[in-house]
Amino acid sequence: MSYHDKYEAVIGLEVHAQLQTESKLFCGDSAAFGGSPNTHVSAITLGHPGTLPKTNKKAVELAIRIGLACNCEIERYNYFARKNYFYPDLPKGYQVSQHTAPICKGGHVAIHTAEGKRNVQLNRIHMEEDAGKSIHDIDDNNTCVDYNRAGVPLVEIVTEPDLKSADEAYQYITELRKLVRWIEVCDGNMEEGSLRCDANVSIRLKGETKLGTKVEVKNLNSIRNVKKAIEYEIERMINVVESGGVIVQQTRSFDAATDTTFAIRDKEEANDYRYFPEPDLPPFYLTDEFIEGIRQKLPALPEQLSLHYQQLGLGEYDAQQLCLEKETADYFNAVIQLTTNYKAAANWMNGPIRHYLHEHKLHIADFSLAPQRLAEMIQLVDEGKINFSAASSKLMPALLATGSAPALETATALNLLQVSDSSEITGWVDAVINKMPDKVAEYKKGKKGLIGLFVGEVKKISKGKADPKVVTGLLEEKLK
Amino acid sequence: MKVTDEMIDNLAHLARLHFTDDEKKELNTDLERMIDFVEKLKELDTAGAAPLLHMGKEINVLREDKQEGSVTVQEALLNAPEKDDSFFKVPKVIKKEA
Repeated sequence: MSYHDKYEAVIGLEVHAQLQTESKLFCGDSAAFGGSPNTHVSAITLGHPGTLPKTNKKAVELAIRIGLACNCEIERYNYFARKNYFYPDLPKGYQVSQHTAPICKGGHVAIHTAEGKRNVQLNRIHMEEDAGKSIHDIDDNNTCVDYNRAGVPLVEIVTEPDLKSADEAYQYITELRKLVRWIEVCDGNMEEGSLRCDANVSIRLKGETKLGTKVEVKNLNSIRNVKKAIEYEIERMINVVESGGVIVQQTRSFDAATDTTFAIRDKEEANDYRYFPEPDLPPFYLTDEFIEGIRQKLPALPEQLSLHYQQLGLGEYDAQQLCLEKETADYFNAVIQLTTNYKAAANWMNGPIRHYLHEHKLHIADFSLAPQRLAEMIQLVDEGKINFSAASSKLMPALLATGSAPALETATALNLLQVSDSSEITGWVDAVINKMPDKVAEYKKGKKGLIGLFVGEVKKISKGKADPKVVTGLLEEKLK
Repeated sequence: MKVTDEMIDNLAHLARLHFTDDEKKELNTDLERMIDFVEKLKELDTAGAAPLLHMGKEINVLREDKQEGSVTVQEALLNAPEKDDSFFKVPKVIKKEA
């Protein structure tokens, strides 16, 4: 519809990512998801008087790690502040947060859309503690509260209002999720809430530079829902404006059952959080050496690795497929230490191995074939000792079953090796030539395409064991 | 500085406290005296002085990422006025729909 073209959307995303630590941000309670209610708690988590929090060093390292991976500037002088408000899931009556002084500033995340590659600008990444969980449906008269999650370390990753469509938002979350998993900062599990997203959406007439009134959409618990909610919201806003209405500043929630959003709070009352520096936590200063140490330990990022693979001669698509998950790239890296046929290694990874994992609903981390065995199979194929199809359909399953036996030994035992010995092949070749005098005559008259038929026939009677290269050579020789 | 009833009501709301009219009068006097005292301090020239955010000299007091110190659910719930075997209970938090 044409009136849509008059408008453009402006979107900013706030992503909360749970840092992959054993313990909470300010005390030793388990940071694991779930657990029997109120068992991952201590006097510190519950905000009892006289308790003293202490900052988790690993959480600080992980926050810096994600900052470095997003090209942020790392703040050297850091402290926490109290954000004061009352809610039953907040045991202390304040949340400890770096809201006023984030550890990472600026930075960007690269996305790929139909228009090409683009950097989405970040505003900041800051650390904060999570709240507990309110449960409304156990007791008719009360809300039940579980504080296991209270105090779990989070980073909030905030973009500038730099996204222009639901699709860009989808790409951004996809890339960000891949990145945090890749560098092992967050497990990225959206169902368990390890990665949560709120979207700030507004529209304006094209050419307008002022931002429109924004609506914040919460409860986006999958990447697909982020996209659907933003699509719905843009459409809703355009319809409001086109029918002469005014967009109201609201907090809305996404309803996954209907793919729509509904208002949960109108025009936020001016919140007064009365931030002040947390007096119970001393500030922490980061040295260049400390930050550099973390940078040294960062693995090659997917983008860099994909380029590296392309330099090794792989196509862009193949290279990117290998970089979808860290474990896949790790496996590939192990294989290419053992073979120089990188292209074959990529074909195995993106072909039979991917297929096998998919079929057995396995993750590459659970794939039991040693990289050494794959390198051996690549070598056997390259040497013409076995053809690719027999290697992938018969030898690989056999190697997975036997566990540790070398590929050559297993292939021999299964009688899968091709015969390159020309005396045996000559017999098969002669048999085929004698069997098909008509075709041989046609070939000799110039229908050279028939060579494929002869090779196929030899393959059939040799049960796939004749090396096609040797067969082709012999046939050409004999049919001259 | 003049402290108004609205200011006191707002502060009381933020702190979830309730005051009688007499208490509010008393608070008004106290608050005005406190603010006057701070305004006196503000006459000092602090240009170029960094804000003092922390009183102690300690920095970088960090702990290793280790699990320790949790209490049992029974201990956790010991002081809770409303509870069952697993949960703290609070007045119903109403979930609005619109």
